[in-house]
Amino acid sequence: MRGDGADELCLLVPDMHCGGCVAEIEKRLAAVPGVASARANLSNRQVAVAFLHGTTDADALIAAVAGAGFEATPYDPAMLASRDDAEEKALLRALAVAGFAAANVMLLSVGVWAGSDMDPATRDLLHWVSALIALPAVAYAGRPFFRAAWQALSARAVTMDVPIALAVLLAAGMSLYETMHGGAHAYFDASVTLLFFLLIGRYLDRQARRKATSAAEKLLLLNASHAMVLDDDGNRRAVPLAEIAVGMKVALAPGDRFPVDGRVVEGRADIDNQLISGETAPHAVQAGDAVHAGTINRNGALVVQVTATGDDTLLGEIGRLVRQAEQARGGYVRLADRLAAVYAPAVHIVAAATFAGWMLAGSDWRQALLAAVAVLIITCPCALGLAVPVVQVVAAGRLFQRGILLKSGDALERLAAVDQVVFDKTGTLTDGQPVLVNADRLSAEDLRLAAALAKHSRHPLARALHGHADGDVPLTDWREEPGRGVRARLEGIEVRLGSRAWSGNADADDIDSGPELWLRRGDAMPLRLRFADRPRGDAAEVVSGLGLPTEILSGDRATVVAKVATALGIGAWRADQRPADKTQRLRELADDGHRVLMIGDGLNDAAALAAAHVSMAPAAAADVSQTSADLIFQGRKLAPVAEALTTARRARALMTQNFGLALAYNLVAVPLAVAGLATPMVAAIAMSSSSLLVTLNALRLRGQA
Amino acid sequence: MNALLILLPAALALGGLGLAAFMWALKNGQFDDLDGAAERILYDDEPTDTR
Repeated sequence: MRGDGADELCLLVPDMHCGGCVAEIEKRLAAVPGVASARANLSNRQVAVAFLHGTTDADALIAAVAGAGFEATPYDPAMLASRDDAEEKALLRALAVAGFAAANVMLLSVGVWAGSDMDPATRDLLHWVSALIALPAVAYAGRPFFRAAWQALSARAVTMDVPIALAVLLAAGMSLYETMHGGAHAYFDASVTLLFFLLIGRYLDRQARRKATSAAEKLLLLNASHAMVLDDDGNRRAVPLAEIAVGMKVALAPGDRFPVDGRVVEGRADIDNQLISGETAPHAVQAGDAVHAGTINRNGALVVQVTATGDDTLLGEIGRLVRQAEQARGGYVRLADRLAAVYAPAVHIVAAATFAGWMLAGSDWRQALLAAVAVLIITCPCALGLAVPVVQVVAAGRLFQRGILLKSGDALERLAAVDQVVFDKTGTLTDGQPVLVNADRLSAEDLRLAAALAKHSRHPLARALHGHADGDVPLTDWREEPGRGVRARLEGIEVRLGSRAWSGNADADDIDSGPELWLRRGDAMPLRLRFADRPRGDAAEVVSGLGLPTEILSGDRATVVAKVATALGIGAWRADQRPADKTQRLRELADDGHRVLMIGDGLNDAAALAAAHVSMAPAAAADVSQTSADLIFQGRKLAPVAEALTTARRARALMTQNFGLALAYNLVAVPLAVAGLATPMVAAIAMSSSSLLVTLNALRLRGQA
Repeated sequence: MNALLILLPAALALGGLGLAAFMWALKNGQFDDLDGAAERILYDDEPTDTR
């Protein structure tokens, strides 16, 4: 709430993906009475809405966005003002300063190189001006590297930051000394361009990581922060989740997500259990039944007595499994870090040897140090610093265009090494949305009646019928009975659409036939509407196209899993898997030396996603699963899985090539530096051209279809 | 040599101006939504005021 009587609400709209969406959403929101302004941010898919206090509420705004065809979720922006954003801005500022300094110092240096017959006084002047620009720039823009190098040294480790910091500082310091003593060579340009290029690499690296986390990580913050508590005297008050205690009574409206585990004391409703069990069909509860945190109350008003909160809930237990799995995964050593572990010590040794060699050869310490600094500058991993981030950015951009969000930079490297794929069933291989499968056995009239009855219900099975609505059916007295179904009157006769017990034929055989609804007119024989969760349209094609061993791990019943496995041609499957079973299976596979790609969406998959070598989740997945997964894909197709694998393999090939190119440059240039032939001009040319080459090579990924 | 005394400060001042402009833009939120800015130009009706 803001002081001037205006409220601000932040909405997350994950599906907003083009300028058209932005314009439409802003237009719809601006049309809501009381809204002062609505501004959408396409990069992080958020909308900030300012409205006069008390004129409208979150539900109306969400409905307005829904009118434009998008799902919106409110969130608390304070929780998102992350340190990352501030760090990224700081990097960008450092980059700007380094860029400014590099351009100007280079301008002056070119002057010095061109005027070989230059008056020493003029040369000194140019060097002094360079120093004036370069020294503050190094002090400011070099801080990210100095800090990282210091941290590494404090931890008695040598990372790539150490030679970088050393080279930049030595080059600047040595050049200052040379300038003060009227020397011919100054390396100010080298030290600032080095910083400039390396900062570009750092910034791209960070960007690649942020792009995907922005949508995914933030979803985790959407969990309810308050719950409506019923006092003994019947008053309702909003209480922060942290203060909810066992034994309290909590009231839940239709559409609410349960914040706690509990037992129903009043009301009945259909509960969406999908996140916990992976089952598509909703579950009817009434007084006495247990409900779990994380499930969704579809349609009834409920009062629940709290039996567990926070970490003690089933949800909390899954969270604990996820954390354990994450810790067990251990540190994957990135390609660049593995190289740095070998390269960084080598650089120091060569530089030190150069210094010692020149001293032994009888030259003075200035000349020896100059040669050593030249070695550090030449070997300094300018191109190496860009080799991986540039490829990552291009790959992330390519995946982003195809609706795949890359959450961590090294996920690409891990994905490229995958040799087995494990799928969850519901919502991953299947749409996760039931569809009517026996429409052809119902008369058009019955179907129209069922659709009309279902029209105003939010029950998933009822929603599956919305598409069959056709024309007007004169229904009166429409009512929804949570946990049972809906009923209304048609020309004086009562019609019902709902559960087997309430409106169906209790004597019907094959109890275990999957989700169903029954339609009854008056006392006539009820009709059965069968539903099934269909595989994603291209699932079979994608699975067979992967060319890797596949397996299904599902929490669903064996008969259902077997059917899907057969339809998709997946030989290995396991049903009735609890979250702990799934992680156990993944651990077994890892112990056998497999690098497993896990794809799942449910809360019950979250721990497995964290335990796998690399993981993907659809954008409709549970919040925790999106956070655990390394990649998130959008849309109703499974094709992004194949696309991600292909892109990852190409990206890894390009990274390896880039390392090769960068190292080849060093092999040519280092002998020159050791011999003391690497003038500042040679260093500048080697640095710029190798960086350029690496960048161009990475851009090839963009062109490939 | 004399020309340098004018040209050097002039070049530095111009570069510094650019740097200052960038810093201002960064602070002012001009870089907050690069994707959106690229798309907005295609839609001529600007429904709300900016922040």
